[in-house]
Amino acid sequence: MENMVNVKINNREYSVPANSTILEAARYAGIDIPTLCYLKDINEIGACRLCLVEVKGARGLCAACVYPVNEGMEIQTNTPAIRRARKTNLELVLSAHKKKCLTCVRSTSCELQKLCLEYGVDEDHFVGNNNSYPIDASTPYIVRDNEKCILCRRCVAACKNMQQIGVIGANDRGFDTHIASAFEKMLDQTSCIGCGQCIVACPVGALYEKDDTAKVLEALADPTKHVAICTAPSIRATIGECFGYEPGTDVEGKMVSAIKALGFDGVYDMNLTADLTIMEEATEFLARFKEGKNLPLITSCSPGWVKYCEHYFPEFTDNLSSCKSPQQMFGAMYKTYYAQKVGLDPKDIVFVSAIPCTAKKFEVTRDHQNAAGVPDVDVAITTRELARMIQQAGIDFKALDDSKFDEPFGIGSGAGAIFGATGGVMEAALRTAAEVLEGKNLLEVSEVRGTEGIKRATYVLDGKEIKVAVASGTANAKALLNSVKNGEKIDFIEIMACPGGCVNGGGQPTQPAVVRNNVDLKALRASVLYTADKKMDLRKSHENSAIKMLYDEFFGAPASHKAHEILHTKYVKRGL
Amino acid sequence: MIKNLTDLAKIRESYEGKINFRQHSKNATVSDGNIKKHVLICGGTGCTSSKSVQIKAKMEEAIKAAGIENEVQVVLTGCFGLCALGPIVIVYPEGTFYSRIEVKDAETIVNEHLVGGNPVKSLLYSETVKGDEILSLNETAFYKKQKRVALRNCGVVDPECINEYIGTNGYAALGKVLTEMTPQDVINTILESGLRGRGGGGFPTGRKWAFAAAQPKGQKYVVCNADEGDPGAFMDRSILEGDPHALIEAMAIAAYAIGSNQGFVYVRAEYPIAVNRLQKAIDQAREEGLLGKNIFGTDFEFDLQIRLGAGAFVCGEETALLTSIEGNRGEPRPRPPFPAVKGLWGKPTIINNVETYANIPQIINKGANWFTSMGTEKSKGTKVFALGGKITNTGLVEIPMGTTLREVVEEIGGGIPNGKKFKAAQTGGPSGGCIPASKYDVEIDYDNLIAQGSMMGSGGLIVMDEDTCMVDLAKFFLEFTVDESCGKCAPCRIGTVRLLEILNKITEGNGEMEDLDKLEELANYIKSASLCGLGQTAPNPVLSTLANFRDEYIAHIVDKKCPAGVCKNLFTYKIDADKCIGCGLCARQCPADAISRTEYVAPGHKLASFAIDASKCVKCGACLPSCKKMQAIYKG
Amino acid sequence: MKKKLTTVAFNGTAEQFAQLDELIAKHKGEKGALMPVLQGAQGIFGYLPIEVQNHIALSMDVPLSEVYGVASFYSQFILNPKGEYAVAVCLGTACYVKGAGLLMDKLESLLGIKNGEISADRKFSLDATRCIGACGLAPVLTVNEEVYGRLTPDMIKGILDKYN
Repeated sequence: MENMVNVKINNREYSVPANSTILEAARYAGIDIPTLCYLKDINEIGACRLCLVEVKGARGLCAACVYPVNEGMEIQTNTPAIRRARKTNLELVLSAHKKKCLTCVRSTSCELQKLCLEYGVDEDHFVGNNNSYPIDASTPYIVRDNEKCILCRRCVAACKNMQQIGVIGANDRGFDTHIASAFEKMLDQTSCIGCGQCIVACPVGALYEKDDTAKVLEALADPTKHVAICTAPSIRATIGECFGYEPGTDVEGKMVSAIKALGFDGVYDMNLTADLTIMEEATEFLARFKEGKNLPLITSCSPGWVKYCEHYFPEFTDNLSSCKSPQQMFGAMYKTYYAQKVGLDPKDIVFVSAIPCTAKKFEVTRDHQNAAGVPDVDVAITTRELARMIQQAGIDFKALDDSKFDEPFGIGSGAGAIFGATGGVMEAALRTAAEVLEGKNLLEVSEVRGTEGIKRATYVLDGKEIKVAVASGTANAKALLNSVKNGEKIDFIEIMACPGGCVNGGGQPTQPAVVRNNVDLKALRASVLYTADKKMDLRKSHENSAIKMLYDEFFGAPASHKAHEILHTKYVKRGL
Repeated sequence: MIKNLTDLAKIRESYEGKINFRQHSKNATVSDGNIKKHVLICGGTGCTSSKSVQIKAKMEEAIKAAGIENEVQVVLTGCFGLCALGPIVIVYPEGTFYSRIEVKDAETIVNEHLVGGNPVKSLLYSETVKGDEILSLNETAFYKKQKRVALRNCGVVDPECINEYIGTNGYAALGKVLTEMTPQDVINTILESGLRGRGGGGFPTGRKWAFAAAQPKGQKYVVCNADEGDPGAFMDRSILEGDPHALIEAMAIAAYAIGSNQGFVYVRAEYPIAVNRLQKAIDQAREEGLLGKNIFGTDFEFDLQIRLGAGAFVCGEETALLTSIEGNRGEPRPRPPFPAVKGLWGKPTIINNVETYANIPQIINKGANWFTSMGTEKSKGTKVFALGGKITNTGLVEIPMGTTLREVVEEIGGGIPNGKKFKAAQTGGPSGGCIPASKYDVEIDYDNLIAQGSMMGSGGLIVMDEDTCMVDLAKFFLEFTVDESCGKCAPCRIGTVRLLEILNKITEGNGEMEDLDKLEELANYIKSASLCGLGQTAPNPVLSTLANFRDEYIAHIVDKKCPAGVCKNLFTYKIDADKCIGCGLCARQCPADAISRTEYVAPGHKLASFAIDASKCVKCGACLPSCKKMQAIYKG
Repeated sequence: MKKKLTTVAFNGTAEQFAQLDELIAKHKGEKGALMPVLQGAQGIFGYLPIEVQNHIALSMDVPLSEVYGVASFYSQFILNPKGEYAVAVCLGTACYVKGAGLLMDKLESLLGIKNGEISADRKFSLDATRCIGACGLAPVLTVNEEVYGRLTPDMIKGILDKYN
């Protein structure tokens, strides 16, 4: 039994856990207190002053998000004075905000906009001078518009506290305070890994992905181009959120219908190349394990993680799997094998990937990612951009019937599906390894499931002990790698840059703080993938008929010379 | 090495004669062995910048030349308080008060006074010369009404000599708490004394200590806030420069009371002399065993480190100070949890300012009752104020709580110069407010000042006369807080800027009456909604000038006039043609070529008068000095 | 205050970096050491350019953005060195109407640097200031503590020559 205290909220009595804040206590009482800066566990700084409430006996108003309750506390959350304070607060924030709301990418999903409507603010009540800042669009993935920034510092918390990277921070002081990198360097001059966690943390339109939908639309309108798309495993679990579905709703069928309605020449499932990755990576692992060379093998499907490794742990780049990510494998395979098969010139193919990830926009620009002499993938668009394209096309998503992915690349195994959650790649690899090595039918590997930051397990395969570990979020990756540096023996590591894996990627639909703080989005979204996996007959990568076809018709065998040419890549030691 | 109370007593006995010698009473019979005279030279920041160190050297040279080096002790002390008169030299036992001494005067004083026995009248502070009689330092109006508790050793001891401090009964209080009192006894004494924090808010010091003491055993910290940032306030600096051991002793007492073994003094980097003396004092205390392990032979251990600020006013706010010591941007943290529960690196921490600490040893030595005998019902003891602005005796004074503002300004402060009238006094610096002439007789204490819409603050007291524009004053303080806002919370970061913009609009003559409502609305909002004390008090200058001088705001808005003639957009310079003698000096001074000769020759004058072209005038005032004699140029 | 970033090339020496390393080593393991290290580093180099802050960030295992966040917060940390001779042109109204802008132009062309910059040999830095209260002498400029008044652009060279 938890320690409870009695408090009065708006004159009614409640018993709430003793360690709660007023904000949490109010939720027990069914009252949502508005916040802008508060993100549970990572940004508890009491800076935006929107959650102010009256506490009997306290001087001034109190920030509910950080104010602990105590026995007998009397709290008022909705007096005229509080409403006036919140309104004035919003009016002040608006006076320093670039109010380009009509054309803002976050219009209607903006937390500030929503509150301004609720409190009936006058957007011009306070008028004054503001600083001007250049828009940072230096990277292929993130755009920062500081004139829209409200200095809630959620992005800094995501980068510095959650990911322990810290390429952005608060610079200067007072009214000149702004969020940027050291010495006002543009983001591409820093060791930013592009994970995009800052974007999903941002309550307003100050941070957003670099929108590449125009490139896609242009290609779709060009009759000389063959435009194909593949969607990453986690997209089907999240894109529904952009169309009013509750988080954790599987909308695969409608998603495929919607994309087909956009006019793509082929709509494919990236689960297939997730399976292909397993084939290559499991083979690579077994070879390295046998030789005892470059262990632990560390997965390379998360491009944010790969860039993180290159910047912060360059000594581990040889441990990275040389496999391209599923996205890049798909494009590479499509522009070689498939182009050849159907007689297309790779130059006429525009290959698009729909991904939960901003770092993949960087990945498509990397060297050694052009198997057919042209970039493997032409455009990578995030879940949000895909949803935007569907909305712009006037497609009534909810009314759509389900469709299936196009053949011959529409088949993915359950193992491929769970790539979208932390531990999924490891589980998929273990399913194949267990069967290849021992003929054992391994279906669910609970040790590597779940949203904890670091998971460790030991398996005996073919009489040998294999130690595996899974980390998600770069803070956990850092801890794990430091442990390896200090001598911990691990053979195989899966790392995802984003906490919880792709379901919580920087390209996923934004959710307001009130959802992020109170719902376990990571687990909810991941459950879609695990449920889908469970329902499938095909649950192992090597049993996928399309995979067999690819090897039979084209690659020969996993890790063949041809597979290496097309499906593998190289890394650089970037350093800081 | 002082191992026990006996060791301490030995030093005290051999030095207390010296200290008594510097009694401020000229009829006291005192002796200091063979030494006949003590020459005390102010080594505070103010006097040091006007060469007091060189004066000391020169004096020692002359003393040696006169062969009286065994009869005279020259001491560089902390600040005497009357900074307007610096550099100050005092000769004991008579307490002769030399003011505005220059290096060349050193020899004269040595030869005529120390050797010849005749004080150099021409160099004395004029107020101390009453015909043939020469008053001592403490017979002056400036000192008479003061009650020096926190400042008691400033201007008395050599701050670089630990033995002199011990001679004043120094470290006896620490000895007493360690050998005779439990930590709870110490806290009770402080609670009973009613001592409240001297840095601003006035929170009861004993309660703060009790909170920290009640936390589970483990690492705890004692911190001294010496990040004195109010423009014009410098009492903490004076104590650090003049009596650093008092701070060390007090912090050790506090550490004993709450169960801490480590202290930090966070000092402004702008105070090099203070930092230097404090470091020397810490080193001496360590050498003598008064810091470190087994102090006075007990199990108690305590050590102290100095951390330097780097120029951020907000770091005077306690949580910002802590984040700064932790090595971060000095941004405040929300309270609760209060530092006494979760402070430096998350550990229980007490933070008091220098002046608060300076009271502690004497409260322990003399008892809580002695302390409560001074002051008002809810504000006990004394308070140090830094007098500044339009006042004759600018400097540092310490008065019992409850002294009226009129007494401070008119009697201790010597009134307002140039026959001008008192208009208002600003207390609490940029966090405080102004007290108008109608409240001249307010008894100064925490609660009365808050009732006036001001606050004690750290003790800046700026006097304003009729030439001060209150709108401009509010603007001045707000410019300061805008510059010093840390930028973390929205109300302070954006709100203070918007307030300032409205004030600018008014002083530029573009104000509208609705702006006054907006000012009030915004000011009250910032006050109630800001994260820390800086923001919560930043609007005070606006609110209190609005409350007390609303008519001035209205004059700016409605009549487009600045009654005090300060706001440049709201007056023009004019030349009274009948007073103008046509000399043309003003025209030559004018950087804007705005002044030219007219054809009008005033009756009784030979030359045609000049006139100012308002459209060209940039209102720099460069013409004014040239017409000092005729006073023909005026603001209209 | 927005901190001005430097345009002058860094010329730190190996000895200076050795001093810095010694300083960092002295504070190794000490909590909250970043401020004292930055203060010490400024003592060694005179200012805190990216080269120095980066060195501190790497040696102390603190993100550079955090080091810079601290350095840009406190007004005593300098990111842009002052020249041996700091030339400041008053651009208050009185000076401005008397042609202080022309003085600034002349200085910029003679020194080959812009307002807010420092010459490559670090001899001169050039800044604009607010009114220094010497309106009767307008237009004025100061070189360190020295005030020069009633200036015309052709007098600038003579003033600079005094310091060359």
